[in-house]
Amino acid sequence: MVRFLLRRAILAAMVTLTVLVVAFALTRLSGDLAVSIAGPNATAEDVATIRKNYGLDRPLPMQFLEWAANAASGDFGRSYLYRAPVAGLIKDRLPITIGLGLSGLTIALLTAIPLGILSAMREGSLLDRAIGLIALIGQAMPSFWLGLVLIIGFGLKLQWLPISGVDTWDGYILPGIVLAFSAIPALLRLTRAGMIEALASDYIRTARAKGLSTASVVLKHALRNASMPVVSVAAVQLGFMLGGSIVIETVFALHGVGYLAWESISKNDFPVVQAVVLLLAMIYVGLTLIADMMNAVLDPRLRAG
Amino acid sequence: MKPVLEIANLRVGFSDGTAAVRGISLNVLPGETHCLVGESGCGKSVTALSVMSLLGRGAKRSAEVMRFHDRDLTRMSDREMARLRGDKMAMIFQEPMTSLNPAYTVGSQMAEVLERHRHVSRAQGLDRAAALLGHVGITAPGMRLSQYPHQLSGGLRQRVMIAMALMCEPELLIADEPTTALDVTVQAQILRLLQGLQRQLGLALLLITHDLGIVARMAQRVSVMYAGQIVESATAEALFAAPAHPYTQGLLNCVPIPGKTPRDQPLGSIPGVVPRIGAGFIGCAFRDRCTHATTACSGDIPRRSVAQHHETLCTMAPS
Repeated sequence: MVRFLLRRAILAAMVTLTVLVVAFALTRLSGDLAVSIAGPNATAEDVATIRKNYGLDRPLPMQFLEWAANAASGDFGRSYLYRAPVAGLIKDRLPITIGLGLSGLTIALLTAIPLGILSAMREGSLLDRAIGLIALIGQAMPSFWLGLVLIIGFGLKLQWLPISGVDTWDGYILPGIVLAFSAIPALLRLTRAGMIEALASDYIRTARAKGLSTASVVLKHALRNASMPVVSVAAVQLGFMLGGSIVIETVFALHGVGYLAWESISKNDFPVVQAVVLLLAMIYVGLTLIADMMNAVLDPRLRAG
Repeated sequence: MKPVLEIANLRVGFSDGTAAVRGISLNVLPGETHCLVGESGCGKSVTALSVMSLLGRGAKRSAEVMRFHDRDLTRMSDREMARLRGDKMAMIFQEPMTSLNPAYTVGSQMAEVLERHRHVSRAQGLDRAAALLGHVGITAPGMRLSQYPHQLSGGLRQRVMIAMALMCEPELLIADEPTTALDVTVQAQILRLLQGLQRQLGLALLLITHDLGIVARMAQRVSVMYAGQIVESATAEALFAAPAHPYTQGLLNCVPIPGKTPRDQPLGSIPGVVPRIGAGFIGCAFRDRCTHATTACSGDIPRRSVAQHHETLCTMAPS
């Protein structure tokens, strides 16, 4: 168990280092930063001043080392756009993004797992096909469109839920549903496939031969073995929700990290871009590590390796 | 003596039209070993699974009589069957490597049987599990309880399966090829274990096998199965001394008997394979492989008694 975790942790550290380099390199590759900061009306002198002030005239390795050292101590520099420390900007927006991602994942899991189990138990039936169809429609539906439909339906017509902002907890429900829809199809199919395989296995026949109740056979004996790929993919999906929810943040007027990333990329606010890319990569790495740990808890055979 | 298990005219068909079991009758008496013998695909396992109501979807079962003591298995609901399985009747399988859940400890999987049927605590379940592991010859049972299946050898896993089947002191144990997947030396140990347990606990054992060596060693009574039917049933002595059905004779010819089979002659074999049979098949299913086949073999075959407690399904048998 210790060796397994140690190996995963070393791998995670290496991935983080790589991302650090890539995040830095990408912003430098996207054009002359001094020119874009100075703006279209700036003179050559202005550009030169900016280049000197921001340290952009120094060799790249120097710039990188300085940035990495500062980042390690939590200092990501200042945003050109907001004229404020990047760390503070992200700290303000992170709770919204995390709240959004967690509500999206919760709704997705609460929908996908029971439907996947039902589908697997009635494989080939009308119910199974209906559930498959719903998953397909969910996958095909553009999230901005679904978001607008939900806003019109539940927000404006029925007036049950707020249509924008997260001043109260129920503000997370509609955007959470929209986010969940993109994750449900994959989670549902994985649950279904895993459960079909598990239910056909010899140990399930044994469990039934022992006279266990259907609930115990399905939820205890089959689901545990079927849940490992679901855990891994759910972790990736959560990472995706945390980083890729720009469209939904825009539709529901939520100013989270996704919105900040989009804004800073379009305005070439490179300290923010670097920090957000690094943050999201760290989140992915962290989530994968958590998923590995959860799988090691679920499957004793992994702990030995 | 009243049988523990009584089956009359059991039929099992699958949705693809094959008739896996075509009207078999057998019973198992308290404390006896009844062997169900036959080649792969003859319907032995399907018979066992249908007794336990463990057939998958797509299988259709019907029977004139299927009784466990006084309880009519044909009329029992899934829920009632589940209450009986693992409690009064238990089953062990051919594949010890995959029959235990890889995600739970041996102790947890054993204890849950007692928790389910006797509503005892986990601690009581584990106590009984440890006692039974010791009983089936596993050393250091306390340590084994906290181990996972992948930490055990095939022989150990089959012992765990046997111990698990005994958790609630069943009256009937169905063992479906329990030693086929094991090494020869381990096979002998497991068979000895089953014999010993049966004697101590008075178990009725329905032992399914294709191995006539095991039959000779274990069985009091034998039913020989071919293509979904029982073609011959007799006591073990009568079957080995005077096999009546050409299929049984063929099977016995395939097995060398030390001191009896001449060393310089090749062993016998039965050409061909078990045919797949649809629902409307009439006549003897063995006729295409039988050296004695006549035109009569294509008609209805009567079940005849060749001696007391010795029946066969063949036109050659004296009526």
